[in-house]
Amino acid sequence: MTTYIIRRLLWLLPILLMVNLLTFILFFVVNSPDDMARAQLGNKHVTDAAIAAWKAARGYDLPLLWNSEASGWSMLSQTIFWQKSVQLMLFDFGVSDAGRAIGADLAQRAWPSLWLALPSFVLGLVVNITLALLLVMFRGQWLDKLGLVISVIIMSISGLFFIIGGQYVMAKLWHWFPISGYEPDGDLWRFLLLPIMLGVIAGVGSGVRWYRSILLEEADKDFARTARAKGMSQWQVMRKHVLPNGMLPILTGVVAVLPLLFMGSLIMESFFGIPGLGSYTIDAINSQDFAIVRAMVYLGAVLYVFGLILTDIAYAWADPRVRLGDD
Amino acid sequence: MLVLWSDVVVWLLVLSLVGFGWQLKRDALARERWRLVAQSHSALASSVILLWFVFIALADSIHWRTDDPYRPVVSALDVALTEMATGQEKSYSAPFAIESLWKETRQLDDGSVIRVPVALKHAGMHLNNASEQATDMVQQSLFWLVVGAGLATILIMLLARLRLFKTSDLPWRTAAYTLITLSALSAWLWGMGQSYHVLGTGKVGQDVLYETLKGVRTGMLIGGLTTLLTLPFAISLGIAAGYFKGWVDDAVQYTYTTLNAVPGALLIASAMLLAQLYLAQHAELFASEQERADVRLLLVCLVLGLTGWTGLARLLRAESLKLREMEYVKAAKAFGVSDGKIIGRHLLPNVGHLVLIAVVLDFSGLVLAEAVLSYVGIGVDPTMPSWGNMINLARQELNREPVVWWNLFGAFVGMFTLVLSANLLADRIQQVFNPRAQGRS
Repeated sequence: MTTYIIRRLLWLLPILLMVNLLTFILFFVVNSPDDMARAQLGNKHVTDAAIAAWKAARGYDLPLLWNSEASGWSMLSQTIFWQKSVQLMLFDFGVSDAGRAIGADLAQRAWPSLWLALPSFVLGLVVNITLALLLVMFRGQWLDKLGLVISVIIMSISGLFFIIGGQYVMAKLWHWFPISGYEPDGDLWRFLLLPIMLGVIAGVGSGVRWYRSILLEEADKDFARTARAKGMSQWQVMRKHVLPNGMLPILTGVVAVLPLLFMGSLIMESFFGIPGLGSYTIDAINSQDFAIVRAMVYLGAVLYVFGLILTDIAYAWADPRVRLGDD
Repeated sequence: MLVLWSDVVVWLLVLSLVGFGWQLKRDALARERWRLVAQSHSALASSVILLWFVFIALADSIHWRTDDPYRPVVSALDVALTEMATGQEKSYSAPFAIESLWKETRQLDDGSVIRVPVALKHAGMHLNNASEQATDMVQQSLFWLVVGAGLATILIMLLARLRLFKTSDLPWRTAAYTLITLSALSAWLWGMGQSYHVLGTGKVGQDVLYETLKGVRTGMLIGGLTTLLTLPFAISLGIAAGYFKGWVDDAVQYTYTTLNAVPGALLIASAMLLAQLYLAQHAELFASEQERADVRLLLVCLVLGLTGWTGLARLLRAESLKLREMEYVKAAKAFGVSDGKIIGRHLLPNVGHLVLIAVVLDFSGLVLAEAVLSYVGIGVDPTMPSWGNMINLARQELNREPVVWWNLFGAFVGMFTLVLSANLLADRIQQVFNPRAQGRS
């Protein structure tokens, strides 16, 4: 097990390297620091001196890969690649183009993101699986058919409409919830309840269909039929046989995306004014702050890789047939 | 005649669709499966609606230059909808309104100043006074609905003489009803659009119905082109990884894991930011605003395609891993058939259904993705008519007093109809071609 995980880690490390290299190429080679400076300072009427000053203040005035003016170790370290990309690899996120420490921002903003994303995710999971179980229990009957029709309809509506419409109706017209905002100390749930609810509703269409298909596969297997034949009630068959067996694909799917919840939701957070990592990213995109974008790309990649490892572990833990590292 | 790059793409997409249908003539098994697909009422009705969307997109993909300085480039659709396209008001007005939503200052005879709505310039012009509007709308509605339904009925009666429609057991009746409904609705929209703003007007006075219809092409193009762009990557890399295994497999897996590791929205955002920088600095390359927006649209497709191939590639890799152990593949190998031929003859035809299902499923997902991207500000050009841009505007409009909901409504109806039809068709295709994976994507 341990050796397997170490082997996996070694396989996944190059991925992080590659992601880092990719962002380096994208943000410093394809798009030179001069372009960045010009875009930040306004495309027209920019003096060379202003560009040079902007670059110097952010450490973009160094050579890309090799500093021939320095000596010894500094030839490597006094470069953009070392200062920005290698440091990022070591989780030193540096300073944003606007001059704020990114690491501190991330630590602070991760919590609101998590407060929103984790309950949405868990609640969504519970609702989706429960509804899917219900549909599978009444398979082929009108409830199942109706459920599928509603699922397709919800699936065909862009999440944006749920968010915009939900906020308008429930916050603006009915005053059930505040329109937007976030108070870490006060009534946290008052602000979070609406986005959480809308997130669950927007995802219920595809979610129910997905879990239904997983559970249906189990419900068709011999052991489920045998259980029904020996007189178990439909509900007991579901609870004792279908759900536990369906849990394996569900569990592995869940742990793969669990770490990514840290990244927050771009749309939800920016729309409801929740100061999490999602709105952080959107702000960075809109203000073209490439330092933050690079940091978020790397963070996302790390979390994704972490999710892959968790998936492997979950497989080994939940399915006794899987023995990692013995092959 | 002016050919935009995206026009070429739209026509190529449609031609490939026709070509795909043509080659069915030779393939009896595939034909039988498609017949099964069409046997479903919902799938057939959805197909009719989708064809209608394709038709609108096609009409919007024939462009030429004009001498009119306000409309330097027009499409066939613009010409068909001239009344809507040119019926510019000053600002917001409600659906079917003949008075504006904004108010202008009037001085009365006694010197007092009041603020009143003004009569619109392009709505209800033929009415003598406002009280006639209700009767006029009912009369016109009836007229246009009957015209639309009648035209469709005549068309159907002519088509019904064809052998194809007589001998088969498909639910043609459903298709006919869908067509009649669509036609009646279109005639109504078009006819009413001649004398009213059916969906009101937007911030700068543009007709919202016109914008909604123009959004069809953008949505279809992003869905269709992006899916098509992903296919070569997904098919070649996925099959190669599964068939050759070894280092090829490692390389492909490494590539798509890396691409997946980068958060999708951020990768697209970064690429679009860079593209925006480039377009801003090379504004001289494009003769008109429309041509620049056009290139940006294609870039969006390209970037979406860059990240979109991984899912299908993974699926095809797994399938090829299974297929290469099949006895007929082993036999072919033993006979010394080359790898290329084995892939072409034995692997490709056996993964065709997976590709097909991925295409239809991806299509609707991408139409939805366009809206989100435009909403975040990294999608199509803000000047380009698209449903995402309309939703983006709607955010401020809902906070106005009175509420302006028609932009949101137009985008909603357009997107919902297109995506729902695509989803229903996709469901049926999946049911027929790959019954085991129903509901999985």
